[in-house]
Amino acid sequence: MLVINSIEKGIVIDHITAGLGAKILNYLDIDTSEHTVAFIMNAPSKKYGRKDMIKINDVTDIDLSDLGLIDPKATVNVIENHKVVKKIRLEIPERVVDVIKCKNPRCVTSIERNAPHVFVLIDREEREYKCEYCDDIVSMKGDWQNEIMRKEWLRIKSRK
Amino acid sequence: MLKSRNLIEPMDLSVEELDEIFDLAEEIIKKPSEYSNICAGNLLATLFFEPSTRTRISFEAAMLKLGGKVIGFSEPTSSSIAKGESIADTVRTVSCYSDIIVMRHPKEGAPRIGTMVSEVPIINAGDGGHQHPTQTLTDLLTIRSLKGGFSNLTVGLCGDLMFGRTVHSLMKALSRYENITFILISPQELMIPEYVRKEVLRKNGIKYEEVRRIEEVIDKLDILYMTRVQKERFFNEEDYVRLKDHYILDNEKMALAKEDMIVMHPLPRVNEIAVEVDNDPRAIYFKQAKYGMYVRMALIIKLLGLD
Repeated sequence: MLVINSIEKGIVIDHITAGLGAKILNYLDIDTSEHTVAFIMNAPSKKYGRKDMIKINDVTDIDLSDLGLIDPKATVNVIENHKVVKKIRLEIPERVVDVIKCKNPRCVTSIERNAPHVFVLIDREEREYKCEYCDDIVSMKGDWQNEIMRKEWLRIKSRK
Repeated sequence: MLKSRNLIEPMDLSVEELDEIFDLAEEIIKKPSEYSNICAGNLLATLFFEPSTRTRISFEAAMLKLGGKVIGFSEPTSSSIAKGESIADTVRTVSCYSDIIVMRHPKEGAPRIGTMVSEVPIINAGDGGHQHPTQTLTDLLTIRSLKGGFSNLTVGLCGDLMFGRTVHSLMKALSRYENITFILISPQELMIPEYVRKEVLRKNGIKYEEVRRIEEVIDKLDILYMTRVQKERFFNEEDYVRLKDHYILDNEKMALAKEDMIVMHPLPRVNEIAVEVDNDPRAIYFKQAKYGMYVRMALIIKLLGLD
């Protein structure tokens, strides 16, 4: 059995659907960060059979609610003094800004610098989102990985 | 309340708001002199990042006939865009000088960028192959004025039903009214896209049929909406040449139609309507262009809150 120590202060992203952990890591742009990060794949789970898990040390003040776009089943626990002080149940977001990148070459976001990429949920069942500018539709269930923009908060923090 | 609103796509307006605009347009048609000075002191800016003759002139004529003034550019080479300015900065600056902005841009969704920064209402005058709401308003006013309303109509749509945005917008707008039947006349290659069939027709339980020849169905129609097969939509010349003259409406076919059917076309027309049809009283496409100016006049008044 692989043992990873509990963290004193930080964030634990738990109950990640097995296989999606790497995508969440990619979204968080974690490979450029200086924080201590533990990534566990295919851990046994009573609820789901297998799950992935991410622990990030020393970070608590960040908004991870958009993670529901990638995996609405995941949970986020905020840890302080080895205790869970806040538990966030992720939901499928209604609207995301600068998370999904519009791939339509005719979309204005392909030429207008600084324009926020805005997508709005149109079908909860299919997890389909529509670009607010050009109406192009993407499904988060399908092959969406390339459309997800990387969050830069960790990179920014680690450069401080 | 339409004051200070933007018009980016036709469905931004409810059926009631559309009626408000059409009521005003019909008032203007009846008594144009009463409105000839209503926009005095107001400035309309036309930002045409893509050349367009018809729509731009229609808007300019509309504002001038209301006593307002017009500024703007008609192609991006003569604007600061050529120097690398963003759409947002251009619109924000122009909104400092003007009271209302009309914007055309080749990229889809560009006018929405405008709405994020503008201090004045933005009207989308076409964003690539995406939306062209004032064309839909034009079509609707024409139908309402000449057919007395939108319900219980059999509407034939003919030509390029795949790429024609005016057709998709019009179908969507008409699907909100009662007992509409669509007859879709197109070659196999230019049939309506599946999403229109699914989202507009099946979802709203609209009756429709798809046919190949005008002659088969023209006698059933209250409205025949003709469209041009657009060269720029094709990847190879061969397909365009094969399909461009697929449907030509001539006097022989018009002889089969009802006495009170109307023929509409968003213009410009190429070969799809023979010139001989122009003299038929049922050919109303130039009148339609005139309705386009009136509906734009009504829209400008409403968005400026001057009614």
